[in-house]
Amino acid sequence: MSTATKDPKTRGKAPAGEKIADWADGRVGLYSLAKANMRKIFPDHWSFLLGEICLYSFIILILTGVYLTMFFVPSMAEVEYHGSYVPMQGVMMTEAYASTLDISFDVRGGLLVRQIHHWAALIFVVGIMFHMMRVFFTGSFRKPREINWLFGWTLFILAVFTGLTGYSLPDDLLSGTGIRFMEGAILSMPVVGTYIQMFLFGGEFPGHDIIPRFFVIHVLLLPGIMLGLVAAHLILIIYHKHTHFAGPGRTNDNVVGMPFLPIYMAKAGGFFFLVFGVIAAIAATATINPVWVLGPYRPDQVSTNAQPDWYLGFSEGLVRMMPGWEWVIPGGYTLNFGLMIPLAVFPGVLVLIGLYPFFESWLTRDNREHHIAQRPRNAPTRTGLGVAWLVAYGVALVAGGNDVWAVNFNLSINAITWVCRIGFFVFPVVAFVITRRICLGLQRRDREKVLHGRETGVIKRLPHGEFVEVHEPLPREALYTLTAHDQDRPAELGPETDENGVRRKVSPLERLRVKISRGYFGEQAQIPKPTSEEYREITSGHGHH
Amino acid sequence: MKKLSVRRRHPLAALVVLLLALAATGGLYATLAPADEAQAEASAQSLAIEEGKKLYDVGCSSCHGSGGQGSSDGPSLTGVGAAAVDFQVGTGRMPLQQPGPQAEEKPVVYTQAEIDQLAAYVASLGPGPSVPNESAYDPSAGDAARGGELFRTNCSQCHNFTGQGGALTHGKEAPALDNVDPRYIYEAMVTGPASMPSFPNSTLPEEEKQDIIAWLHAVNTADSPSPGGLGLGGFGPVSEGLFAWTFGMGALIAVAVWIGARTAKARKS
Ligand code: HEC
Ligand code: HEC
Ligand code: HEM
Repeated sequence: MSTATKDPKTRGKAPAGEKIADWADGRVGLYSLAKANMRKIFPDHWSFLLGEICLYSFIILILTGVYLTMFFVPSMAEVEYHGSYVPMQGVMMTEAYASTLDISFDVRGGLLVRQIHHWAALIFVVGIMFHMMRVFFTGSFRKPREINWLFGWTLFILAVFTGLTGYSLPDDLLSGTGIRFMEGAILSMPVVGTYIQMFLFGGEFPGHDIIPRFFVIHVLLLPGIMLGLVAAHLILIIYHKHTHFAGPGRTNDNVVGMPFLPIYMAKAGGFFFLVFGVIAAIAATATINPVWVLGPYRPDQVSTNAQPDWYLGFSEGLVRMMPGWEWVIPGGYTLNFGLMIPLAVFPGVLVLIGLYPFFESWLTRDNREHHIAQRPRNAPTRTGLGVAWLVAYGVALVAGGNDVWAVNFNLSINAITWVCRIGFFVFPVVAFVITRRICLGLQRRDREKVLHGRETGVIKRLPHGEFVEVHEPLPREALYTLTAHDQDRPAELGPETDENGVRRKVSPLERLRVKISRGYFGEQAQIPKPTSEEYREITSGHGHH
Repeated sequence: MKKLSVRRRHPLAALVVLLLALAATGGLYATLAPADEAQAEASAQSLAIEEGKKLYDVGCSSCHGSGGQGSSDGPSLTGVGAAAVDFQVGTGRMPLQQPGPQAEEKPVVYTQAEIDQLAAYVASLGPGPSVPNESAYDPSAGDAARGGELFRTNCSQCHNFTGQGGALTHGKEAPALDNVDPRYIYEAMVTGPASMPSFPNSTLPEEEKQDIIAWLHAVNTADSPSPGGLGLGGFGPVSEGLFAWTFGMGALIAVAVWIGARTAKARKS
């Protein structure tokens, strides 16, 4: 059977691929859709790939999650363990926990997939935070992208709650302690707490409903909503086009980069496999959530070092920092401030983050569209606020792990808690001041460079003996890049009286706006960028070196 | 019978009786030998107590008082038992060097023979738990699964799920239990050092102690299996989160920078 069969292709016939494409085009208008989007341009900058890290880890989560769903049993019925992990033999546990042990030890590839799923979850949320920071610090949330900021922000919150419901599923002692914590948090809500608790758990803690309910929320409800939001997020990106950093030929009205197809797509595909590879390599070498040694959840047991996954460490830290104040008000109701206040701060901070773009557009009254990503130094107050927030967040994270630091660095847990309590208020202020100064310093340096050129390190001796360093003028492209941004002016209150000499009424809100605006864009908050007159005057050779 | 009664008054009769008596005593001596060994041991014991007291007077009395009655610098040792001394001195906690939140583990300064002597002396001050037999703490004879449950009920709130250690207030800590000799695990349970509660046999029977030791042996020694790969210290989400932020995101950003730099126009001809 080795006779080679020549297949005589008739020249006129189109290849199969083209025929399918034709068929599809005739029915769903694929061609025009593809034509419109295939040549979308994506700029090259590594920080624009952070969002892709999120997208790819989300895809990895779905793929591995589907595999886990095939073997996981979301039930709280008690069984005796007889699987292959010896140190749990004969222990009574829920089917959820038993099936997680089975996935880990008796399902082919189960442990690796579990570890990929969990590492991808951690990295997913880290990626989201980095991505948000990129958008925040470059001002890419400004008009027209406020809605997309909100989409991303919602995705962030949903990711955190998907993670919470996910790591609770195995019903091990650690995650059960987390659910217990959550129950306590719900109960601390005045008036509605007990009702919500009873509704969510279907009775007293722990009941038999919480794992099956979390399962549905985790594998169906939240990922479903997130998938829709991710799609909407991407569609808006395509619709708005990507922002890019200013440069010669890179203006507010264009995007310079690579076309979506084929170059960008090829790069993105490669990047997907690299992300998958990195996560798989981590999952293959480093343990995550070794539920087999944690034991099944029992309400009468607890362990030290019980923390939530890192993305909820912020709330854990707030609770650990907060003194355990409580009041018993007449009628015998207890107000537990130790939980209530931190758990009000948590959503409060989230809301502030979500609303920030609207705050800034209210502040600047700027109605123009912005497609140029700002350099963080050119928005010193915003950058300072962002860094201050990150520092507060970091302090809360440290406080959330206070016992782990205490043991590993031989410190007193009380000392750590007090440093965090004070630091939570003091460090962000310090960070704000320092960051703003650094930004202003960088702005000043940019101004110097534009007006006087780059320091070459070459020292010249002038005829009268003075030593000067030779400055080399910047190339035109660099000059453009350094001066392309526009600077906001601080808002003015306007004249006190109108044209008839009558005192003008200015609302307190407007007064506040002017005040904040001065703080953001006033003299102490930005260095005026060089004007072309200044540049021309200096470079026209008035004895400047 | 007659013969015997006739010779009763024979001049040698007394000698025969004496011989018989001696033989009987010899037999008795032979059968009752353990009693005598006990006597010998008792004297060895009193020797050990004596030696122990000498060591004690030099090394311990400044804090624990000349008769173990305690002082402002150290608690009374009456009734703490030999197990407490074997644990405290054998793990290098005693003699204490400097006051701190909790006795530090330093290199052991006494030989095991000296520790036994110290233990004998302190045990003589009042009844207390004695040093356990090896069979009582042999990990291979315990049931690790049951031990795990007992550990999570009684110990993990201070020592962590698998005994990786945990913080207590004001710089005190429940230490990590890896590489702790099973004997000291047992003794820690019966004596309850520092802020650790003691678990006498009435609350935690001997077999259950052995089960706990078997659990720790299964999950927290250098050669316990780690099916998931690197253990990251066993501290759970804090170390995992740190790892994700540093190595995980670090690697991904490195990849992103690399891909970002690999643009079509980067090829300079
Ligand atoms: C510098 C003072 C000091 C010296 C010296 C010292 N100890 Fe202690 N010892 C203490 C203190 C303080 C404690 C309580 C420590 C703790 O609870 O962590 C203690 C506790 C003990 C305990 C545990 C008591 C209990 O209730 O379980 C024993 C046993 C003990 N010491 C034996 C000794 C022996 C034996 C020596 C001598 C080799 C010695 N100590 C030397 C201060 C001292
Ligand atoms: C209230 C917290 C607490 C509980 C509960 C507790 N321990 Fe401890 N444990 C401690 C402290 C504190 C120490 C350190 C004592 C010292 O250094 O003097 C310790 C020391 C030990 C040591 C000695 C470690 C070493 O490095 O020498 C062992 C072994 C030990 N514990 C085992 C257990 C076991 C087993 C249980 C459960 C049956 C248990 N502990 C329950 C607090 C606790
Ligand atoms: C969208 C983001 C998602 C996040 C952040 C996330 C997070 C997690 C986490 C942290 C765990 C605990 C894993 C462990 O250590 O055992 C988990 C478990 C689980 N996840 Fe997800 N997940 C996501 C999506 C999904 C999806 C889409 C599915 C299913 C289609 C899924 C199915 C499961 C199942 C069945 C488990 C329990 C199995 C086990 O614990 O071994 N997940 N998830």
